[in-house]
Amino acid sequence: MSRVRVLVGTRKGAFVLTSDGKRARWDVNGPHFGGWELYHLKGSPADPNRLYASQSSSWFGQLIQRSNDGGKTWEAVGNKFVYDGITGTHLWYDGTPRPWEFTRVWHLEPSLTDPDTVYAGVQDAALFRSNDGGQTWEELPGLRRHESAPLWQPGAGGMCLHTILLDPSHPGRIFIAISAAGVFRSDDAGKTWRPMNRGLRSEQIPDPTAEVGHCVHRIAMHPSRPSVLFMQKHWDVMRSDDAGESWREVSGNLPTDFGFPIDVHAHEPETIYVVPIKSDSEHYLPDGKLRVYRSRTGGHEWEALTKGLPQRDCYVNVLRDAMAVDALDPCGVYFGTSGGQVYVSADSGDSWKAIVRDLPSVVSVEVQTLP
Amino acid sequence: MIRVVLPAHLRTLARVDGEVKLDVEGAATQRSLLDALEACYPMLRGTIRDQVTQERRAFVRFFACEQDLSHEAPDAPLPDAVALGAEPFLVVGAMAGG
Repeated sequence: MSRVRVLVGTRKGAFVLTSDGKRARWDVNGPHFGGWELYHLKGSPADPNRLYASQSSSWFGQLIQRSNDGGKTWEAVGNKFVYDGITGTHLWYDGTPRPWEFTRVWHLEPSLTDPDTVYAGVQDAALFRSNDGGQTWEELPGLRRHESAPLWQPGAGGMCLHTILLDPSHPGRIFIAISAAGVFRSDDAGKTWRPMNRGLRSEQIPDPTAEVGHCVHRIAMHPSRPSVLFMQKHWDVMRSDDAGESWREVSGNLPTDFGFPIDVHAHEPETIYVVPIKSDSEHYLPDGKLRVYRSRTGGHEWEALTKGLPQRDCYVNVLRDAMAVDALDPCGVYFGTSGGQVYVSADSGDSWKAIVRDLPSVVSVEVQTLP
Repeated sequence: MIRVVLPAHLRTLARVDGEVKLDVEGAATQRSLLDALEACYPMLRGTIRDQVTQERRAFVRFFACEQDLSHEAPDAPLPDAVALGAEPFLVVGAMAGG
């Protein structure tokens, strides 16, 4: 019977949650790296026992941990992230130029085919790659050298490259998203990049339809249909049917279209999930209700999923990397909250239960479906 | 033999208990001590000082002999008591929120 392994990054360590395919009874293992911030953990699609973790602290900086046994044991690998060549400047919050400065790794995206190749999205925004299992890291500098880069500005959480999507049907095509620059696409394995923000409208920037400057919170794709992308922007839920060339809004009847994560059902490419948050100045749930919203029509028409989720006095947040889906049938959906809960639905979102309720604040959730 | 006391998180990372004892080649300075420490425990690279600039991380402090040596020059001699192993060199995570 298949199993699932959920990798949870929190403000104070990592946790590994495992269950059989029923996803009813769970073993909780952790904390790993207790006291450190774990922005992201992810397993290699090519070797599920190969895991990568981003571990950091304000005191001791950035570490990368690697496991070769599914998270039982870990070893620290390379943590030297050096921008290629002259770093140049981007804009600071006050509009003044500021040199690029490495702070942390937000997201690790292992290659679809090679367990030793992994991409890292970092703050200040840049894309790095390792081809030796994380021992050494090299920047793909074409992104940071894009002509628009001197005008990029940080979002409230810093100028982070937080999303990396590898297109399974177009080798060399990579989508990334930066807060607050927007979406970029490379079709040549990261050498050159083009902004992919046409159709986005952000009232918070001087030119609401500018080519760059949008605070994209997350993008998602279904692997069977990688030219269709879904986006949770600062405000607005968006959709592209042409690999990011243009976007249109699909917020429809959502109670608020501000939020962070967005994900796609494993077997239904038109079924997507978001967690609406009250506003950009109130990073908590509207009306004290924890509601995942599901659209089975690729957007526009949304239904609230509430069974098993608290419907009063709940004011948590769900961050951009804190939602994931497994590959079982029915599809499992997972998300973690700033209050330390990790919820699972083993029926595509119809009903939910908490796997754990009292972890440190959850930053990221990934799930692996194991044989 | 120089004795070094690491903060708890770095002891866990380096998989050591208690003090670390180092043989430092040449003059005992912050730089030679940290070079020796990182050579023995490569996983500590980047956690105490920046890997490129070699500057001490902002929230790390160096104490010894009841003195704050954090702002001493990297090549300044360490106190004799540290160089001779009578007193440990303390790597300290600064008191800060979190």
